[in-house]
Amino acid sequence: MSDRIRFENVSKFYGEVLGVNGVSLSIGPGITSLVGPNGSGKTTLMNLMTGLLRPTQGRVEVLGIAPSDAERLFRIVGYCAQWDSFPKGVTGYQFIRDYLSLHGFKGEGAHKLAWAALERVDLTAAGDRKVAGYSKGMRQRVRLAQALAHRPSVLVLDEPLNGLDPMARAETIDLFESLGRQGMYVIISSHILEEVDRISDSVVLMASGYVVAEGNIPQVRQEVKDHPVQVLVRCSSPSLLASRVFIQDHVVEAKISNDGRGLLVRTRDAEEFYKMLNHVAADGVVDIETVAPADEDVNSIYQYLIGSSGDGGAQ
Amino acid sequence: MSSLLQQPWTTWLSQIAAILRMDLRKSFFARRGALVYLLALAPALLIVLHAMVDHHSGMDPASHVGEDTQIMAVIVQVYYIRFAVFFGCMGIFTWLLRGEIVEKTLHYYLLTPIRREVLAAGKFFSGAIAASAIFGGGIVLSFALMYGHIGAAGRAYVFDGAGLSQLGAYLLATVMACVGYGSVFFALSLVFKNPIVPAALLMGWETISGILPSLLQKLTITYYLKQLTPLDTPSTGLMALFTVVAQPLPKAVAVLGLLLLSAVVVACAGLGMRRMQISYSVD
Ligand SMILES: Nc1ncnc2c1ncn2[C@@H]1O[C@H](COP(=O)(O)OP(=O)(O)OP(=O)(O)O)[C@@H](O)[C@H]1O
Ligand SMILES: [Mg+2]
Repeated sequence: MSDRIRFENVSKFYGEVLGVNGVSLSIGPGITSLVGPNGSGKTTLMNLMTGLLRPTQGRVEVLGIAPSDAERLFRIVGYCAQWDSFPKGVTGYQFIRDYLSLHGFKGEGAHKLAWAALERVDLTAAGDRKVAGYSKGMRQRVRLAQALAHRPSVLVLDEPLNGLDPMARAETIDLFESLGRQGMYVIISSHILEEVDRISDSVVLMASGYVVAEGNIPQVRQEVKDHPVQVLVRCSSPSLLASRVFIQDHVVEAKISNDGRGLLVRTRDAEEFYKMLNHVAADGVVDIETVAPADEDVNSIYQYLIGSSGDGGAQ
Repeated sequence: MSSLLQQPWTTWLSQIAAILRMDLRKSFFARRGALVYLLALAPALLIVLHAMVDHHSGMDPASHVGEDTQIMAVIVQVYYIRFAVFFGCMGIFTWLLRGEIVEKTLHYYLLTPIRREVLAAGKFFSGAIAASAIFGGGIVLSFALMYGHIGAAGRAYVFDGAGLSQLGAYLLATVMACVGYGSVFFALSLVFKNPIVPAALLMGWETISGILPSLLQKLTITYYLKQLTPLDTPSTGLMALFTVVAQPLPKAVAVLGLLLLSAVVVACAGLGMRRMQISYSVD
C-alpha cells in the first residue's frame, strides 16, 4: 500500500470544457494547499480524488486505493465538498449521525462520534438545532464536522475557511494544524496563498487547469519568479529580429508566429528583453509595430498568487 | 457462486437499512407527495360521496355485495394498478435520485463507504416501501368503506366469505405493481431528467404488452400483474383496452417472475449509478 496521494497525468474535460489538464502530483502527509483563482481546477482535483468525477485520462490513487472503490476509500477519506446544501429538516447532530450509519457506526458509538465531531468544530451548543436555521459559518463548520466524524486519515476540504469569521477561522486553522501534526493528510483549497501558506507543509499552485508550481512555500515562490514570460512582437522582419534576440542569454525560445508577421519570445527577464527591444527599434533595423505579453493571464495569475508584497508570508 | 456468498452481505444489508431509515422520512413527508396521496385516496373519497347520495333502497343485499365487489375489482385493477400506482410510482421513483440531485445532497451518500449498487438497492426499497404503504393503505381504506357501508351483508362477505382473500390478492397485486413499475421508473430516471419521458415510454410498452410475442410479453409488468388480479373485469368497450389476454401462470410463478424482472432492472440502475458523476450544475 502506497502512502501518498497520486495523480498520474490526469486530465478532466467537462465535454469541451477543460477542468484540469495533465496533472501529475504526489501528495504526502501533513497539510497540502491547492491554491488558485476561480476556475483553476481545485474543486475538480478534489472531486477526482474522491470519485465524484472520473478522469478523462490518467490515473488517481489515494494511498493505493482507486477512487472508484468507495467501499475502501471512504474508510480512510473524508471530503467536505463545495456545496452548501443539506438534507431537508435535519439537525446538525442528525446530519452527521445519519451518514455515520452508512459508515457502519451504530448506537452509542455513532452517537459519541457525532458529538465529538460537533465538539471539534465548536458546535455542540447548536447540535440539536435544525441546520436550516444555521448561519453560513455554522453550516460550513457542520459540514466540516461531517467530513471528519468517522475519523478519516485523509481529509479533503474544499475552501473550508470560506464564510468563517476571524475567530472561527483561527480555530479552524488550529484544528487543521493539529490534524496535520497527527500525521493526517489534510488537503485544503483556497483562493489566497497568504491565507494558507503559514500552515501548509506543501502548496500546489493552480491556474487554468494546470499545476503551475508545487512544493513548499520557498520553492513555489522561486519557481514562480523563474517562470519565463512570453512576449509577442509584431514587426516588419521577424526573422531578422529573431537573429538579434537569440544572442541574449535570458531568452529561452524565439519562434516566428504562425502568420509569419510576428515573433514569439520566451524570456526569463522581461525587463532586459524590453530594453533590448528598444535598442533594436532605435537602430531602425526592424520596424516594430506592437509588443504584447502573449500570456498576460498567466502572468497576472502569478502576480495574484504570489501577492504584490514580494515575500509576504514566506518563512 | 461461492464468491457471491463471500460478499459482505451483512454490511450491505445494514447500509440498506440505514438508507431506509433516512429516506422513508423523505418519501412519506415530501411536499411533492401530496399528489401521490391524492391518487391513492381518491377512490375512498368517491366511495364516501357515493354512500352519502345512494342508499341502495330496496335492493337485495346479496346482489348488492355482488355489485360492489365488481366495482371494487374495477377500482383496483383499472384505477389503481393501471393508473394510480403507475403515475404514483412515476412521482416517487423518478424523484429518488433526481430529488437528491436537485437538492444537491446525493454526494453525501457517495462519500461514504457504500457500493453504488447497494445505494441503488436501498433507494429502490425505500421507494417500494413508501409506494406500497401509500397505495396499499388507499386500497384497504376503499375496501373498508365499500363493504362497511352495506352493513351486515358486507361484513359477512368480508369475514366469512371471499372478501379477505380478495383484499389479500389486491394488496399483493398492488405491491407487485409498485415494485414492477417502480424499478423501471427508477432505472429510467438515470437516463431521462423529465419523468414524462419514462412515463410515456413505459405506458407505450405496457399498452402493447397484449399484442407482443410471448417472449417479449414477459418483459412487461402488465403480463405479471394480469396473473395476480383475482377477478375478471368486464372486457367490453373501453375496458377491453386495458384487458390483456395473457397465457395463465401460477400466481407464485408470476410473483417470482416479476421480482426477477425488477431485480434485473434495479441491477441495471445500480450499474448505471456506477458510471454516474456528480456535477450538479449541469443537471
Ligand atoms: N460541471 C461542470 N461543467 C462544465 N464545466 C465545469 C464544471 N465544473 C467545473 N467546470 C470548469 O472546470 C474548470 C475548473 O473548475 P473548478 O470548479 O475545478 O475550479 P476551482 O478552482 O474550484 O474554482 P473556484 O475557486 O471558483 O471554486 C472551470 O473552467 C470550470 O468552468
Ligand atoms: Mg472550487
